[in-house]
Amino acid sequence: MTEAHRELLMDERAVQRAIARMAHEIVERTQGVSDLSIIGIQRRGVQLAERVAAEIERVEGARPPVGTLDITLYRDDLTTIGPRPVLGETRLPEGGIDGRTLVIVDDVCYTGRTARAALDELADFGRPARIYLCVLIDRGGRELPIQPDIVGRRINAREDQVVEVLVPEIDGRTGVELITRGSNA
Amino acid sequence: MNAAPATQVLGKDLIGLESLSAEQIRMILDTAEPFREISERAIKKVPVLRGKTIVNLFFEASTRTRISFEFAEKRLSADTVNIGSTGSSVQKGETLVDTARNLEAMRIDMVVIRHGSSGSAQFLGERIASNVINAGDGRHEHPTQALLDMLTIRDHRGRIDGLKVCIVGDVLHSRVARSNIWGLKKLGAEVAVCGPRTLMPINIEHFGVHYFNRIEEAIEWADVLNVLRLQLERMNAGFIPSLREYNRVFGVTRERIERAPRDLLILHPGPMNRGVEIDSDVADGPHSVILDQVTNGVAVRMAVLYLLAGGAPDRAEAAKGSDS
Repeated sequence: MTEAHRELLMDERAVQRAIARMAHEIVERTQGVSDLSIIGIQRRGVQLAERVAAEIERVEGARPPVGTLDITLYRDDLTTIGPRPVLGETRLPEGGIDGRTLVIVDDVCYTGRTARAALDELADFGRPARIYLCVLIDRGGRELPIQPDIVGRRINAREDQVVEVLVPEIDGRTGVELITRGSNA
Repeated sequence: MNAAPATQVLGKDLIGLESLSAEQIRMILDTAEPFREISERAIKKVPVLRGKTIVNLFFEASTRTRISFEFAEKRLSADTVNIGSTGSSVQKGETLVDTARNLEAMRIDMVVIRHGSSGSAQFLGERIASNVINAGDGRHEHPTQALLDMLTIRDHRGRIDGLKVCIVGDVLHSRVARSNIWGLKKLGAEVAVCGPRTLMPINIEHFGVHYFNRIEEAIEWADVLNVLRLQLERMNAGFIPSLREYNRVFGVTRERIERAPRDLLILHPGPMNRGVEIDSDVADGPHSVILDQVTNGVAVRMAVLYLLAGGAPDRAEAAKGSDS
């Protein structure tokens, strides 16, 4: 078995700079934070959403409400990949989502199925005025007509490659790595 | 998001807790916790079991368990059919397997079964391809009840490990008691039983539990009391002299629990006989978590349905990595 090959795509500084730019892009589009709420997708989108919100607070002087969403129960592939046993917390941002401008934050956009599930789930909770999709990495490979609005970095990853976003709360450090699986791994 | 390896957590059926590992039991409880929030939503429904057909096959009377399963199924978007023994082909003498095979011929995905014979759930599980969930079989097991009891204890005490739990009442006829004993012991609790000797299995010590023949001693020992329903028909069968006598000797009364050295937690699987095994001021008092049990029942059943509905491991392997 060949070892999987790991390549560093972004170090901690690069991630921080990308988040700072994404925060600026968000408030530029929303013209401030008055109607803005942010939703992090479990699991690593939650940490990224917190960091985006902190960055927006630094720039605008006000912190948008932040919520979390676990989309597992809205996936379209339960019977093919099996259940993920322990779900993360789903907690709407303070003030709910009706009439708000929502920014969904996730770590990686790949097939688009996670974003599709998130949109379906949010529709069951209410009717936001506008939804933006914000991801740290757009790795290409979409299977649905869904595109992120705000992107930290775009790459073209191959099907046998995995993009791993690392956050300190889960992984002990910050960064983005591209993993190429060994031929038999 | 990258895919965590999908695993077959529980196998095809949930028959009892005796055959599960501590890890599997913890997995169900951990899965149940986030499911509670779904029942608090304005739209109490997620699409995860959309298109699945579940048959609730209840050969014995049940209100709470059947409704709890039905809520769980509906909140996961499954289609459900309820079949009781009266007014169905069962009354016409059809065997259990024939009933189930006919249902399978109509392409169902899961069967939730309650039956008066011990072992019937396993018997069925071995003979049909659908997932089978035991909702109580004779005196054998009632796994989802014990799981919801354990989730309720864990909510209120933060742990199961090291707690002293005493099951009070008719242990002899109780599948709830058996499932609780298996589950609690696997999670590291000390378990005792208390009640008249006539309502204890002859070899109760073989279950690895303590026995108290005085409720006062049990209350002094325990952190948690799980008070079983006393089936009223037991009196006619001569197991106890009278209901009043039972209440006088084994009833969980306010007077008795006020002498408890610790902050007791009191559970009851329902339906209660107020004034027999438990007094009203205890059932409605500050130590009682009986309605929390009912709330947790829906969440635990959602978790079990969800975990059993997942795909087979080989398909899981093939689909790995097709995430996000």
